[in-house]
Amino acid sequence: MTQLENEIADIKAEVVSMWYLVESQLKKARTAMLHFDRDLAREIVLKEKRVNAFELKLDRDCENIFALYCPVAVDLRFLLAVLKINNNLERIGDIADGIAKYVIESLSDFDHKLFTNTELITMFDDSISILSDTRIAFEKEDTILARSIFKKDEVLDRINANAIKKIEDCIKTDLGMINDALYVLSIIRKLERVGDQAKNIAEEIIFYIEAKVLKHNEEEAEKD
Amino acid sequence: MESTIVKSVDYNAYFGDNHVVKNVNIDIPRNNVIAVMGPSGCGKTTFLRGINRMHELIPGATAKGQILLNGEDVLEMHPIFVRLKIGMVFQRPNPFPNLSIYDNVIAGYKLNGIKLPKAEKDKIVEHSLTRVALWKEVKDSLTKKGSFLSGGQQQRLCIARAVAMEPEVLLFDEPTSALDPISTSTVEELFHELKKNYTLIIVTHNMQQAARVSDKTAFFYMGELVEYDATKQMFTNPKDTRTQNYITGRFS
Repeated sequence: MTQLENEIADIKAEVVSMWYLVESQLKKARTAMLHFDRDLAREIVLKEKRVNAFELKLDRDCENIFALYCPVAVDLRFLLAVLKINNNLERIGDIADGIAKYVIESLSDFDHKLFTNTELITMFDDSISILSDTRIAFEKEDTILARSIFKKDEVLDRINANAIKKIEDCIKTDLGMINDALYVLSIIRKLERVGDQAKNIAEEIIFYIEAKVLKHNEEEAEKD
Repeated sequence: MESTIVKSVDYNAYFGDNHVVKNVNIDIPRNNVIAVMGPSGCGKTTFLRGINRMHELIPGATAKGQILLNGEDVLEMHPIFVRLKIGMVFQRPNPFPNLSIYDNVIAGYKLNGIKLPKAEKDKIVEHSLTRVALWKEVKDSLTKKGSFLSGGQQQRLCIARAVAMEPEVLLFDEPTSALDPISTSTVEELFHELKKNYTLIIVTHNMQQAARVSDKTAFFYMGELVEYDATKQMFTNPKDTRTQNYITGRFS
């Protein structure tokens, strides 16, 4: 292996480590929300700093490779993709952190009826599964799996689109739920963004492996 | 649409029985910079020297196929005429050491027995040295020997010598490999200016240079033209695995 290949392998390992951390943050956010576990929520907020540190280190490492090795072709595409994936992962980390902060802020456990009615748990599970699929696609350079993310994101979009009506119905039946309902709606909005970030990541994986730009090109993404 | 100035059709070059350039077909558009790259011994320099018939100067060297300059086969033309139309600059700056800067520029005319009035020669010297961004640096020392100049200036003087003959195409064989980074940068800037008036074909081992200066890049491997495409395409998404392996340094 050339020195550049070694450097790229190191970067890849680093991205995968960051991915596991972000996945773990999102899983913990789900548990903290479901069991109203404030200690776990505080742990998530603390670990968010590690996610941020990963982002800074990856940016710096990529910058060094650009400066020292002038990468081209697949190496160049890989590093460009990593810079964007890094950014998207950091934002997913922020989302987990945001949900954890809701748990810390809330005075009491959320009304679980809201979870059921809005399909929030399904949405959470799907978000975690999508994030994990993007990681596997990245590790195995599997563009078929990366493409499957686009369809899965539609499920999150649908749950998000139906959320307002369902929340409205819940509030109508019990006005005391307003506070919880606003938290749940905010969490749904955040999880919808996880789907968008995962979709961005999938586009970057396809760009890096196949040199195809799918961004802002829905037709091409579906065709492929 | 860009017009083709040089076209090779099934071009093959040999050193005795050694087949070094194999069936190369390439269209070179006018006023473009073309980089030719590939590992040592891939036939890129032989192909370059074939374009202005310098290949055949080597004993035992032969060529088949066609190299068309504006549609005319250079292999059917008088070699001297070909070299007037297609100038060449080499790896190491090679100004005539005993000639002044002035005489170096118009050496092509002298060597070809073309006599010009003094005013005409002055005009050519100024024009050629201006084209290579050397006039301001040497206008007060035109009578000094060319060998007094720095390496980068000597290389620009050699380019001026080629430009003085008003060629249509300029061939460069690793033109900056003997120069320091500053001189290299000056020569690279010059390529951008020169392409307004000439078509440039540059053999280079420096991939970053190929990426910086050329519009199109040709990749040769074991005598074959493996890939020829827009430079941006070649350096972001090469089509052939051999090209990708070469430019990413994974060649074995």
